[in-house]
Amino acid sequence: MKLHLPTVVVGLLLVALWPVLVHDVFLQRVGALVLLAAISASAWNLVGGYAGQVSVGHVAYFGVGAYASLVVYTHLGWPPLAGAPVGVAVSLALAALIGTPTFRLRGHYFSMATIAAAELIRILCSNWDLVGAAVGLMGPPVPRTMWDFSFISPVPYHYLFLAVLAVLLGVTWQMQRSRMGFYLAAIRGGDRAARSLGVPVLRYKLYALLLSAGFTSLAGTLYATMVGFIDPDSGLGILLSVKMVIVAALGGAGTLFGPLVGAVILVPLEEATNAVFGGGGTGITFIIYGAIIMLIARFRPGGVAEIWRGVAAWRARHAA
Amino acid sequence: MILLQVVVSGLLMGAVYALFSSGLTLIWGMMNVVNFAHGDFVMLAMYAAFFCFTMLHLGPIFFVPGAAVVLFVLGVVVYLGLVRHVARGPMLAQILGTFGLALVLRYAAFWAFSANFVSLPDTLVGGTIDFAGLRLEASRLIGGGLALVITLGMHLVLTRTMLGSRLLAVAEDRNAAMLMGIRPDRMQALAWGVGAASTGVAGALIALFFYISPTVGESLSLIAFVVVCLGGFGSVPGALIAGLGIGVIEALSAYLIGAVYQDVLVYALFLVVLWVRPQGLLGKL
Repeated sequence: MKLHLPTVVVGLLLVALWPVLVHDVFLQRVGALVLLAAISASAWNLVGGYAGQVSVGHVAYFGVGAYASLVVYTHLGWPPLAGAPVGVAVSLALAALIGTPTFRLRGHYFSMATIAAAELIRILCSNWDLVGAAVGLMGPPVPRTMWDFSFISPVPYHYLFLAVLAVLLGVTWQMQRSRMGFYLAAIRGGDRAARSLGVPVLRYKLYALLLSAGFTSLAGTLYATMVGFIDPDSGLGILLSVKMVIVAALGGAGTLFGPLVGAVILVPLEEATNAVFGGGGTGITFIIYGAIIMLIARFRPGGVAEIWRGVAAWRARHAA
Repeated sequence: MILLQVVVSGLLMGAVYALFSSGLTLIWGMMNVVNFAHGDFVMLAMYAAFFCFTMLHLGPIFFVPGAAVVLFVLGVVVYLGLVRHVARGPMLAQILGTFGLALVLRYAAFWAFSANFVSLPDTLVGGTIDFAGLRLEASRLIGGGLALVITLGMHLVLTRTMLGSRLLAVAEDRNAAMLMGIRPDRMQALAWGVGAASTGVAGALIALFFYISPTVGESLSLIAFVVVCLGGFGSVPGALIAGLGIGVIEALSAYLIGAVYQDVLVYALFLVVLWVRPQGLLGKL
């Protein structure tokens, strides 16, 4: 898809400078949450979008990252962000462990196997005292030093998330143009055909998953650092996996900016309906949220990217 | 002896799992569409049974078919209104569409019926039956038995009747079926209706001995996914074997290692089976 350069530049500047443009804390917080959702969805996109392997168990890596940060805080007294390398290391090992057997599966079988693996981990963590079992873990109640990265204002988080997202998108862009990008595109087109062309299918699926799991784990660490609390539902619930898929699919899976676009649409939608109808329990938020993604899938199965293409085609017709 | 009791209870629960999963496998195998709202179909069937009983004072003989009719209509409407369109898109569109539907159904139930747990009175299908030293609740026995009969019936319809052949023909090759004078849209709408109706029966049967809440579908749909995948997409006998197996494994592991770990064993075994047989127990590659 040919991107309209001025739109992209203005859009990115808007996202980057959001906390300078708005002074309302609620809106600034929404901005940070958009970036966080964009990080996890972009990380998912590496394996789910580019390689076309629809994992619905990515919450496992997110949870590992989130738990790692609060486990090192609770048991060793380290700042939560110091858990990032631990989380990434464990996630990579976990990805190799889950990926090696499941990548032999195709289509829905693969998706279901990833769900089962993630649920397995959720149930184990809900009963494991070291990680707080069903109660969960808390972050530092008051920041001890600057390194705890615990702020009342969402603005520092915004820039931290922005930096991570920039690195992730940079890596994705490089990957897309490299040999690996072409291999993954071939795998997405059909892994039997790719194999017959000499693409080492299993190996490259695994590379994509390792890259993806590492960044997803980082997203988990960032989440735990910002929120300062993690329990099996908020860190390992299946809804989180599905949300990563939905954000990426809505914006356009397998495109560089698709997940960011999806996050820019869905996160404010969720926060706004929550704010208007009240968060806890009423559930109207989810009715509206569900209805909107259902309608988009019904009328534009290709996601927002398809609407975008439609607009471009319309403009091309009318310019001529 | 206790072990035998546990195994039999597991089999009875497994028969109900098999029934609500065979509805899903029919839809899934026919159209290769993943339905994330399946558990919420079960939830709606449970509420349909509950309201038939509390508001219309109808017993199980009426509310089980009643739930089937309600769900048949729901299935056809969902197919015509949503699935027919998202099925043409990529798999991601199906996830978006059916997950959106699941959220709408689940939270509409929240809003309409409140979050409180309700249940049908224990005495509705009362008593226990003692048989050869085993003690069984009548409601579970009836539920499991009926589920087994309907699952087998569905298998016979699929494999032994003209209608079944038409359904399978559409599943195999939509265009070839069209050349044979079969209308794929009509067949697939029917498959959704029948799949949802059997889910409705299963939901009404589960309601006899299970709590009802708007979120009950969440855990049930995971079980259905595992059963369908383990049995092989589209295979009713596969769903039956997998459902019974999972019921027994759950019951045994709850008894031997503890209730909190029952699903750990189920998911672990599921992964192992897929590793060895990537197409499920009775599925085709």
